[in-house]
Amino acid sequence: MGFRGRIRALVVEHAGTGLPGPELERRLIELGFVEGAAVELLHQGLFGGDPIAVRVAHATIALRRREAMAILVSAEVPA
Amino acid sequence: MSSAAPTIALVGNPNCGKTALFNALTGSRQKVANYPGVTVEKKVGHFTTPAGRTLQIVDLPGTYSLRARSPDEEITRDAVLGRLTGEVTPDLIVCVADASNLRLALRLALELKRVGRPVMLSLNMMDIARKRGIEIDAARLARDLGVPVVSSVAVRRGGTDDLLREIDNAVTNLPAAGTSSWKAPDAGELRGGQREADRLLDAAVRRGGERDVGTARADALLLHPVAGLIILLAILFVMFQAVFAWARPAMDAIAAGFTWLGALVGSAPLPDLLKSFLKDGLIAGVGSVIVFLPQIVILFFFILVLEDLGYMARAAFLMDRIMGGAGLHGRAFIPLLSSFACAIPGIMSTRVIDDRRDRLTTILVAPLMTCSARIPVYTLIIGAFIPDQDVWGFVGLQGLVMFGLYATGIAGALGVSFVLKRLIWRHSAGEPFMLELPDYKIPQAKSLAIGLWTRATIFLKRAGTTILSMMILIWVLASFPQPPEGATEPAISYSLAAMIGSAIQPITEPLGFNWQINVALIPGMAAREVAVGALGTIYAIDGGEGAAEKIGQIVAGQWSLGTALALLAWYVFAPQCASTLAVIRRETGSWKWMWVTFFYMLALAYVAALATYQIARALGAG
Ligand SMILES: Nc1nc2c(ncn2[C@@H]2O[C@H](COP(=O)(O)OP(=O)(O)O)[C@@H](O)[C@H]2O)c(=O)[nH]1
Ligand SMILES: [Mg+2]
Repeated sequence: MGFRGRIRALVVEHAGTGLPGPELERRLIELGFVEGAAVELLHQGLFGGDPIAVRVAHATIALRRREAMAILVSAEVPA
Repeated sequence: MSSAAPTIALVGNPNCGKTALFNALTGSRQKVANYPGVTVEKKVGHFTTPAGRTLQIVDLPGTYSLRARSPDEEITRDAVLGRLTGEVTPDLIVCVADASNLRLALRLALELKRVGRPVMLSLNMMDIARKRGIEIDAARLARDLGVPVVSSVAVRRGGTDDLLREIDNAVTNLPAAGTSSWKAPDAGELRGGQREADRLLDAAVRRGGERDVGTARADALLLHPVAGLIILLAILFVMFQAVFAWARPAMDAIAAGFTWLGALVGSAPLPDLLKSFLKDGLIAGVGSVIVFLPQIVILFFFILVLEDLGYMARAAFLMDRIMGGAGLHGRAFIPLLSSFACAIPGIMSTRVIDDRRDRLTTILVAPLMTCSARIPVYTLIIGAFIPDQDVWGFVGLQGLVMFGLYATGIAGALGVSFVLKRLIWRHSAGEPFMLELPDYKIPQAKSLAIGLWTRATIFLKRAGTTILSMMILIWVLASFPQPPEGATEPAISYSLAAMIGSAIQPITEPLGFNWQINVALIPGMAAREVAVGALGTIYAIDGGEGAAEKIGQIVAGQWSLGTALALLAWYVFAPQCASTLAVIRRETGSWKWMWVTFFYMLALAYVAALATYQIARALGAG
């Protein structure tokens, strides 16, 4: 918990979700997940730590780990 | 058909305050929206600007893009693009944004500009943004964005003055309908849009991205993996206890009022038959339903408060995995919770679920959630058969049984969806669950009042129409034909009602139902709560003066515990509300799913009542 980082890329090709890759990508972007945005893991659910709630820039978004796997994040280097 | 008044569309992300703005602008001049709660339909109203212009305004479901992923978002897209049959594009689009959470809204604003209609940005919730020290250079934003930008506070008097002034400016010289250059953006365009929005944000906003401290503190507890779930359960438990305990005084007062009215009619110099019609048919019947208004208002109070607080999205988050085990989507939690009030708004709010099968599953199980129309029946039977005592010193036994009935409905819903999704459809990699968790807001008294008022009037209208006409029908069935000269049995034994009730008897015998119950079940098809009124009428005619007031005592004397429990079990599952079935037909667009719902529920009800009665009888309570 409290993991912070920046989004490096969205990799949707092999995401094991019910959505086709391009559609998943569009939905993630609409919720603010674009390259360069700061993210922080805020909460996780009881069972298997799923779903998770992340802070992405100005908003808090809940999503399942399966979809979150498509978001490639590089850990924040402490300044 | 284009109406004379120019039309303004309110478009924005979920929870940015569109409905609050709509209410503030139109006040009481809106067509009463059918159901309060999340906006899943467009709502039309009128208002007059300071310059004296009358405008039409539409409130729309929240969205992040016009790309429409779910049925409610399609409504927004079609309304904005003028794709609904017989409608034109709005003359002005007011993009509403939560000033304390601008990032996604700005991308939407950029997308809306492509629709080809004048756009204006309203920075709503300015009070919250200011309190949090967020500084927005509105002039700069307007210049960069290329559209007028105003601030608004939907929930404060005078909070829409700037917005109204700017609307007046905008509608004085509306351009002729232009061509829309909007087309569904691909990932690249969306990405570009968000980049540009981020640039605008950097240039015009200071201290915009910090988390709201209060929300962060609350969520540390409310979204805690263990504590959060316990709190959610506790909230639900308190809600159901409150429905029982808080409503008591008001219910007693209403009941006393109807008793007084009945006595008044009883002593009036009227022909006996007319007197019986007024007293046993109308007053006893309608009165026994209206008594439950306080409980329904309390239930809706909780649901509206949780909704306005911003807690519902959290509940969906907490429940996603648990419901997922039964094949339900986390988003189904909100529709299912509203179904506790009434399945109709619940089924309508399934429009927020994008995947068709996820949505269908939710629609099919929504009627199993204990709706408020079951409360009268539950209350009557529990009051008559379950002793009013405390267990463990603080929990009422009656409330506990009520809780058990709710739990049974929930278990039934989970079971049915499990069978559907996991065994029949074998739906595995489902739709994603992605949901913004808005900052907590203090619920506004005014919007609560509007919501409760709407709900109460819907209930009273039902009492005055569907329920009233059913009551009249019941009275007629129970009163005719009149007993022959020198009849020895109570008058009702000779009536049509008795004949019908006895005709069904062979089917319901194994459930422990008597013919009076059978008669009450039939009008219960139109509206569940009528069953109570019907029993009131049947036993009033059967038992003479003042019986309707004592209907609880009467059934306690006439039914066995097994019968009572079987009836409760029946009511948990039975498909007894024509309007719900009609909504299922409308929302699924097919008769098939309506009949599927009807028959599976009927089967469950029969089996549950049968098992309950037979077990009770075996244990000596038959
Ligand atoms: N403090 C404050 N609260 C607001 C304002 N506008 C809306 N709200 C609250 O924000 C919540 C969501 O508003 P609602 O109108 O339902 O949002 P919608 O989803 O866009 O229709 C409600 O609790 C409103 O009372 C505002 O300008 N200031
Ligand atoms: Mg709304």
